[in-house]
Amino acid sequence: MSDAAADATEAPPAEAADEADDSEHSGPPLEVRNLRKLFGGIVAVDDASFTVEQGSLTGLIGPNGAGKSTTFNCITGALKPDGGTVRFQGEDITGMRPEQVANRGLVRTFQIARALPEMTVVENLMLAPQGQMGEKLWRSVLPAARDSVVTQERELRERVWETLEFFEIDHLAHERAGNLSGGQQKLLEMSRAMMTDPDMLLLDEPMAGVNPTLEDKLLERIHDLREDGYTFLLVEHDMDIIMENCERVIVMHQGSVLADDEPERVRSNEKVIEAYLGEDI
Amino acid sequence: MSETVPGDDSVGDGTSPDDGDGSGGFMGWVQKSDLRIVGVTLASMYVLFTVLVLLEQGLGFDSVNSVVGAWRTLTFLFAAYAVLALALNLHWGYTGMFNIGVAGFMAVGVYTMALLSGTSDPISAGQGYGWGLPLWFGVIMGTVVAGLTGLIAAVPALRLRADYLAIVTLGLSEIIRLLAQSRDVSTWTDETFGFATGGGRGFFLPDRPTEAIWGTDAGQSFVELFTVEIGGDEVTLVRESIIADFSWSLVMIVFLAGIYWLLRRIGYSPFGRVLKAIREDELVAQSLGKDTRWFKIKVFMLGCALMGLGGILWQGSQGTVTPDSFRPIVTFYVFIALIIGGSGSNTGSVVGAILFVGLLFEAPRRVGSIIEAWMNLSSAPNTFHDALGSLASLDVGGFVAYFIDNLGPLQFVILGLVLVVIVQRRPEGMLGHRTEVAAAIDLERGEIDE
Amino acid sequence: MALPQFFSSGTPLNAAKKGRERVIEIIVVATVVLIGIDLIAKLAGRQFSLGVGPTLGGDLALASLAGNVWTGILVGLIFGLAGIGLSMTYSILNFANFSHGDLLTTGAFTGWGVALLIAGWGVGDAGYLLFARSGSGPGPSTIGASIVASPVAIVAGVIVAAVMTVVVALLIDRLVYRPMRDRGGIPLLIASIGVALALRSLIQFMYGSRTRGITATQDVRREVLGFSINLHQVTLFVVALVLMVTMHLLLQETKLGKAMRAMADNKDLALVTGIPTERVVRATWILGAGLAGIAGFLFVLERGAMDYNLGWFLLLFIFAAVILGGIGSIYGAIAGGLVIGLVHEVSLIWVSSDFNAVAAFVIMILVLLYRPEGIFSGVTTA
Repeated sequence: MSDAAADATEAPPAEAADEADDSEHSGPPLEVRNLRKLFGGIVAVDDASFTVEQGSLTGLIGPNGAGKSTTFNCITGALKPDGGTVRFQGEDITGMRPEQVANRGLVRTFQIARALPEMTVVENLMLAPQGQMGEKLWRSVLPAARDSVVTQERELRERVWETLEFFEIDHLAHERAGNLSGGQQKLLEMSRAMMTDPDMLLLDEPMAGVNPTLEDKLLERIHDLREDGYTFLLVEHDMDIIMENCERVIVMHQGSVLADDEPERVRSNEKVIEAYLGEDI
Repeated sequence: MSETVPGDDSVGDGTSPDDGDGSGGFMGWVQKSDLRIVGVTLASMYVLFTVLVLLEQGLGFDSVNSVVGAWRTLTFLFAAYAVLALALNLHWGYTGMFNIGVAGFMAVGVYTMALLSGTSDPISAGQGYGWGLPLWFGVIMGTVVAGLTGLIAAVPALRLRADYLAIVTLGLSEIIRLLAQSRDVSTWTDETFGFATGGGRGFFLPDRPTEAIWGTDAGQSFVELFTVEIGGDEVTLVRESIIADFSWSLVMIVFLAGIYWLLRRIGYSPFGRVLKAIREDELVAQSLGKDTRWFKIKVFMLGCALMGLGGILWQGSQGTVTPDSFRPIVTFYVFIALIIGGSGSNTGSVVGAILFVGLLFEAPRRVGSIIEAWMNLSSAPNTFHDALGSLASLDVGGFVAYFIDNLGPLQFVILGLVLVVIVQRRPEGMLGHRTEVAAAIDLERGEIDE
Repeated sequence: MALPQFFSSGTPLNAAKKGRERVIEIIVVATVVLIGIDLIAKLAGRQFSLGVGPTLGGDLALASLAGNVWTGILVGLIFGLAGIGLSMTYSILNFANFSHGDLLTTGAFTGWGVALLIAGWGVGDAGYLLFARSGSGPGPSTIGASIVASPVAIVAGVIVAAVMTVVVALLIDRLVYRPMRDRGGIPLLIASIGVALALRSLIQFMYGSRTRGITATQDVRREVLGFSINLHQVTLFVVALVLMVTMHLLLQETKLGKAMRAMADNKDLALVTGIPTERVVRATWILGAGLAGIAGFLFVLERGAMDYNLGWFLLLFIFAAVILGGIGSIYGAIAGGLVIGLVHEVSLIWVSSDFNAVAAFVIMILVLLYRPEGIFSGVTTA
């Protein structure tokens, strides 16, 4: 976050930067190669490799303990991988800190929704945008500089309300996030992630604990956004959701990638069936 | 368009629109503005102490001195605790950094100021002395050095869990106090730098800058306004020393207002929003692209600098200082003040400071004096077992007298219990339940601007 | 509200961190070696220069060093004994108990009150004795509370110190900590600060503020096989060792002890496997507070005097011991206590008594910063 970038008062500078990135890079935005993660000798992720295509909605499935969430955490910097590389839009982001990953346009949500409970829903969303001038202490404090902060805050507020309406949680705007239901918190998390203006979203079980009505709403939103050009990687427990909505499915088992294919072909993959012990896929 | 811009306006209208548990009546009116909350709390303390002093001393011209004296003490301590509670609130209330080394950072501020601006000829052997530089320079440097000490502590310590950070900061503050206490350090500074910390004997500090006013003719004529002729007698309603002290308390209030303004600006800003996010869930803040390390380091430095300044305004303004002024208990006082008011709220910190100083710190002593004056108690037993003995022989007066004689420790028992009860039953404190939205503007769905 | 630690403990890929740890290790080893060389040189009465820096060596009598080491061990045993309880409550109840030091004070005052009453029966007013010489009355040597003159009083004192401290701790747990069991470590920590303040001041209120002499010292120092031995120190040493061995057996051999170790390891797991948590919590307080009370009593036996701030002043040292040994490990607490005790006393060879406490706190902070799992971790945990 350089001052020069922050000085661009017209549009949030993150957007401009992202557009530049998009034009430079072609090919899969996310490339994971031979990713390894150990927890005290236990291999959680074992040589996992996969790619996620631009503009796709890709599913990541696997039985409990297959290493899905660990993979997520390694990609997004919450955990440091023990081996392998992660490339995002051509850049090696292996082992970067979470904020570095997020600032490059790769933003995640959490398996158990992590709303900021004592903050209101609007506040949660206002937090997310990148390149906020007022995040510099002196700009927020000094009288002369504060005017530009206020101006930017007004612009952000517009976007926040649009996003709230898009996710249909605008009626909860002034509620404390901690008071929301589990499903509403999932929506909040996703709308908050959207506010960062990402290129790609990693959603960790976005439907867990969400009631069917909300679930449909959430899927609808994801499809809408995908049509707008966003890329999604979705970890999900519910096989049906993945099979019905994703164009590509990655199956993990015991830390490695078992299959990486179209839903129909995954469904008939021998190894996958075996891994799920005959569970109905 | 009528949009409120929190943090930019005067102290009013900080509360968000949906916050109105006091729906009507006087309390409702009070709760509508932060300035009113502070003002009413403060005013009620002045009234309470007026009543307490009058109950103790009866009506009379002498009582005016005592009442104003009580106000002076209240104002001084309230300003001191409010500054420190605000600084701690920035760490703990806003950012969730559990710093219980407040006393240490205060000591750094006071000693730096004293060493730079203190008199250069020690009044008695072995006592601390300074370089005799201008006071303003010492005050600024004291604040800065306290901040830098915070920086040194912050860089390694801020990745620690909250409870480890607590132990580290407490340890650090004790190390600072022990170094200030040390005769060897004093000798070493004496030989090396030409100033001395004074060890356990402490320091004679520079005079308050306000003292100079009262030496002037204008000052003297102001003081004389408070001496009136009543029935042929000259009656001094308010003594000069009280007026002089009061003038210093007003300077502290000005500092307090400035610090409050600063922290309020921070609270109602994108910067403050990130701080709250760090407190709530640091990984979320990071995953949204915030480099939380820098935020924490900046905030820790700023808070420590303010603690240094708070120390200077308080212990640095009392003529002398010894390392004993910086025992960990001071940190806990500030903590109690903050928790009473409601950590996370700047206004709550100020209100907490008023209530702590008034109700917990000063009132018990006053009430004790009143009981003593009214009950005409027999002389107090020397020990608790004697007190129990007098109770056994149905001499309740003796038992009560022992309590009043030992109000000091009893007060600490009460303080400890208050802390426990608040944490148990009302962890959000008086004002912490309010929604103080961290944004530079009102976040209500927009009227389209312009 | 502990912040999540996602960057802790060395991951192989993280070369920078590994490198830093190596550097710190080298610095620590070099410092220890240098101090060792200096110590040997001092004992040999030689002095030499390294070319740069301070001159090494000097003059130091072996007896003087032995004296420092012996006091270091004694203080260390107190820290260790008290540390066991702090470590257990930290890991099982999951909070840093800032009132633990004042449990030592509780033990010291209640225990010595009874000990003085027995030792000085008939010599002074019962109230004066029971409240540990609060007020005016005969002096310590007249009362004669020493292991030589009235061993019964000392034994009774130890027992009362343990029992009363346990009663107080259970009462506090019932009133303060139990209602907030699931509130997380920080609210409990803050509450414990309140408890510390209230408990210490209550003791001050009841027993008075005066620093008072307690023990009688006639004939306590004896010549045994040419060595001059302080029987109070020997008593401290023996009682502490016996208690530590008992704790070891209790935790290793009994069902309750195993349950406590399980809970220290993983509270959720213990809940699932059906260990009666509240019973384990109670046992933790009983053992921890009992040992703390006795530690306070023994500390005064060795020092000869006490005041109401005794435990509070010891608190940071006890924390240092526990942190050094690794939170949750009782052996760690004992070892950590000995290290801190030795640092506190032996460092006096190099630094003035202004700085030995500073040295102990600095070590504590460095360990928390760079090795929060303790310096003995990976050996055994209990």
